[in-house]
Parts: sequence; structure tokens; C-alpha cells
Amino acid sequence: MTQAPPAPKRQGRNPRQLVLRILWYAVLILLTVIFVAPLLWMLSTSFKTRSGATQFPLTWIPREFSTEGFTTIFNTTTQTPVLRWFVNSMIAASGHTLLVLVTASLAGYALARMRFPGRNLAFAVIVGTLFIPQFVFLMPNYLIVDYFGWLDTLLAVLVPGAAGAFGVFFLRQFFLSLPKELEEAALIDGANRLQIFLRVILPLSKPPLATLAVLSFLTNWNDFLWPVYVLISPESQTLPPGLATLQGAYSTYYPVIMAGGVLASVPVLIIFFIAQQYIIEGVSRSGLKG
Amino acid sequence: MDTQGAERPGAKPSPEPRAKRSRGDFIGSSPVTPYLFMAPYLVLFFTFVLIPALFGIWVSLHNWDYMLPGKPWSGLENYTDLFTPGSATSGDFWLSMEATGKFTLYSVPFLVVVPLLVALILNQEFRGRGFFRAAYFAPYVLGVAVVGVLWRFLLDPNVGLVNYYLGKLGLPDDIPWISALPWAWVSLVGMTVWWTLGFNAVIYLAGLQDIDPSLYDAAKVDGANRWQRFLHVTLPGLRPVLLLVVTITILASANVFGQPYLVTQGAPADETRSAIMYIAEEGLRNFNMGSASAMSYVLALFLLLISILNFVVFRRGED
Repeated sequence: MTQAPPAPKRQGRNPRQLVLRILWYAVLILLTVIFVAPLLWMLSTSFKTRSGATQFPLTWIPREFSTEGFTTIFNTTTQTPVLRWFVNSMIAASGHTLLVLVTASLAGYALARMRFPGRNLAFAVIVGTLFIPQFVFLMPNYLIVDYFGWLDTLLAVLVPGAAGAFGVFFLRQFFLSLPKELEEAALIDGANRLQIFLRVILPLSKPPLATLAVLSFLTNWNDFLWPVYVLISPESQTLPPGLATLQGAYSTYYPVIMAGGVLASVPVLIIFFIAQQYIIEGVSRSGLKG
Repeated sequence: MDTQGAERPGAKPSPEPRAKRSRGDFIGSSPVTPYLFMAPYLVLFFTFVLIPALFGIWVSLHNWDYMLPGKPWSGLENYTDLFTPGSATSGDFWLSMEATGKFTLYSVPFLVVVPLLVALILNQEFRGRGFFRAAYFAPYVLGVAVVGVLWRFLLDPNVGLVNYYLGKLGLPDDIPWISALPWAWVSLVGMTVWWTLGFNAVIYLAGLQDIDPSLYDAAKVDGANRWQRFLHVTLPGLRPVLLLVVTITILASANVFGQPYLVTQGAPADETRSAIMYIAEEGLRNFNMGSASAMSYVLALFLLLISILNFVVFRRGED
């Protein structure tokens, strides 16, 4: 983060500055409450009993602390095997991320650093598809996924999303910024292109690869529309369509639904707190995802 | 945090030219190599982007019922039906387009302005800035499914936290947030602002930090007050970022699906059923895929026109 315009609120010494300073933080804290309170309510409700969740007056600390919400969703014999969905989501998001990193880095490198007939056309077409709205692919990709026999399997949510052009574009831009001298030195030492890519380029590209990995994981983990329609049977779902199922099955049994919400939120919130700068940087630099 | 040092677009020409022509683009390596590097991605790209983009048009020209063996050619019928009042699809389709249009119209102003205010706050120097930025951004990393089921609960007219606190403040505590208009729109827009504010704010923040600080100093020397500096330095400096934010926000809002799917289920009647909800139901539940494909191209065309209009308007404003 570079320089910001002159700060208005310096350590206040006189009363007027002090009041301004208090107001300033009051606004900040009010905003924080608005953004964080709903999440805390979800967490709090997930530890309430069925009746306790809707008992007036509503309380932030459960009157009677209960884990029935969690034990209900961890029961794998129901039509809502939430733990299974959690594992499915993990497999899909991890596999998807790996696939994106491998394919996008290889292609991005070729587009940035190799000259070959068709390169500019390929790049133009790939980037051009970034402007096609996703819903256009709903019907044809459903039919293609069905053709491969992937309907109702995790492959349906793991693979097609990796074809998106964002990763290729993002990594190509980064590879272009690396000095060519590094590769030339390796080439003179007799390394081939793959060796250069693996031993010189990738080690230098950890920050953009981490950014892409985190964004890909989050996108896939949170994906909702597509899995709602391609994952059909209870045991093949991921968490987002699973939450819709849960809401339908338990309608007013809020601790169960909120426990599901907590389970779907915790991994991404942990990732966010660990990799915050990658996510925020990725978003602010691209603005293309989302 | 700066993660990668200075960018170097177009690496500078190296000082000592070497004899062999293998530098720069490495013509020395095998001509097949680039294609091998491209191959894994291209397989995905052809299968799930390029072919489907064209295949979808083909589907839209057929009476493509997924469950039936025959898929008879129907020419432009799926398209003309949409523009024929009284046809099987036109009424519901345009009602859903109207819902998407309303949602976009109501949500975009808030999603453009509120994040800008938050970004202006976060662009100041103060203790704890990183913490507040993280807190405001956090909802964005959650999926729409979590946001949907959470707000469905918070907005419940009887046991929801929102009506509960409204009652405590002495306001009406029986607002039908999810089942009646205009409340359903207020709910859908409100939760969307809560969810995605951080995304736009972060883009604005990057834009604010790209504004040359010396411009502020110059304006101050000229005696410009805070408001004038905002009007004459900040806003013009943000113009490209503003265009980006407006464009991606319109597109994102026009793609609305999860919030009405989970919270209002399209209620009341089908007033809040968005275009994508209808297209997905028509194509992937009722399996009228030809008709649903046609609808998705019509919606895509609409979005293209709006994006173009958007660019033109911003261009105009530049002169």
C-alpha cells in the first residue's frame, strides 16, 4: 500500500480533534458491527437448541448451550450428509485449484515467452471469452458434461470451471514482467524450456501463483448455481447446493441450518485471514473475478 | 503489501547483443514446444468454453428437450416466441427480465456509491486500518449460499434479528421482508450490498492510491478545501476505476441468482424471480434447453448493449 492523502485525524490534543477522533472511530466500529454481527449471529445460533434459537427475547449468548445442530448435520445416515458435502467441496475445490495452476501457468508461460504461429490469435480469443457471461454456458456445458457421463459426479464441478481464461491472462501478465536474462542464462547452461519453466520461472512466481490458487479455491468452494443443477443425489453434493437442501429439509430448525453455514464459512474465513493480502491484491489488481 | 516489486512491461533491450539469434523469443527450441505448453489448457478451453459458446447457439435453434430422443430443428422459433406475446415462454421470460432489471436498477447505485464512501474512509491513515478493511471485506469471501440462508434467517418476519431490533427501537416489527413488495427488493439489495461491498471498496482503494499525491498538494496550495479536492482531484482521478466498477457491478447484478433463489424463492408471485432463475429452471429442470439457450443469448445481448452504452456515456463525460 502506497501513500494515502494527508491524514485528517492525527493524535488529537485539543477537544475538537478529540471529538472528531471519537466520531471517526464510532463510524468505523458501527460499520464493523454491521459486517460482522450477522456472522456472529450465525455462529451463536448454531450452538442453540431448536427452541432456544427462536425464543424471545433473542440472546447473543445461547441460554442453553447445545451442539444438536452440529450432531444433526454430522449424522451421515440422513438425506443431508453434510460432512460428506464438506469432503466433496474440499476435493472439488482442491482439484480445481490444482488443475487451474498447472494448465494456466503452462499456457500463460507459452503466451508470454514463446513465439509461435497463432499465438496472438490464441491470446485474443482466450481473453475475448472473458467477456461472455457465464450463464451462456449453462445449457451447452450441461449437455457436454452429461456426454462425458460426469453429471452427478464431482468432475462436473471440478473441471469445466478450470477452462476460464482468467488464470491464463493473470499469469501471462506476470510472466511478461520477469526479466528475460534469467531464462537466457539457464538456456546457455543447456536447460530446456520445461526445465527453465519448472526451475527458474515457477520459483519466481510464488506470489501470483498463491493469489490465483486462493481465488480459484474460493470461487470453486462458493460456486452455487452450477452445482445446484449438475449435482443431483444427496451424497454427491457440495456445500453450497447442500445448504439449499438443508434449508428445504429443516426449514425452521435454525441451529441445523446455521451449523451448515458455519461449516461452509470456516474454511474460507481461515483462508481469508491467512492469505488476506493475496486475495485483496488479486481482487484489486484484476477486478475481473466475481 | 507489495508482493512482486516493480512491474516491467516490455523488458528493456539487453546491453550486449549476442551472436546467436536464440535470445528473446528463444527461436532455438523445438517448434512443437509452445503447443505442448498450450495443449492442456487448450483442451479445457475448447471443450468447456469455445465449443459450448457455439454449441449453445445450435441448441437454441432446436426444440431441444433433453428428455426426448428427437430434437427437431426449429429455426428461430425459440427466439421469435420470446417476442410473441401470449407464447408459452414470453410472459414469464419478460417478467423475469423485469425482475433482473429492477434488481440491477435498485442495487447498482448503492453498490457504486457506498463502497466509494467506505474506500474514502479506509484511504485515510489511522490506527487499525488493516483490521477494519479486513472486517468490511470478510463477507465477500463467503459464498452466496451462506449469505442466502443466513439472511433468510435474519430477515424472518417472526423470529429474525432484523425485525427484533426494529421492534426494540420502537419501529414496526412485523415487516414482511421476504414475502411482500417493496420489502423483498429492499432485502435482496441490502444483503447484496452487505455481501459485496468489500469487493468494490478494494477496487476503489487501489484506484485512490494510484492518484498522484502531488495533485492534492497543488490543490491545497491553490486553497481548495476538502470537498473541492474530492470533486476536482479524487473524482477525475477515479474515472477509469469508476467505469470499471460500474460495468462489473451492472454485470454482476444482472447475473443475480442465489439471493432470490434462497431468500424470496421468487416471491411474491414471481415478482423477484430473476432472469437466470427462470432460464435455469426452464432449461435444467423442465429441460426445454433450446428455449432456455435462446433466452440466455437474448439476456447476453442485453448486457452487451448496456456495457457498450456504459462506455459511450463515460466517453461523452470525458470531453
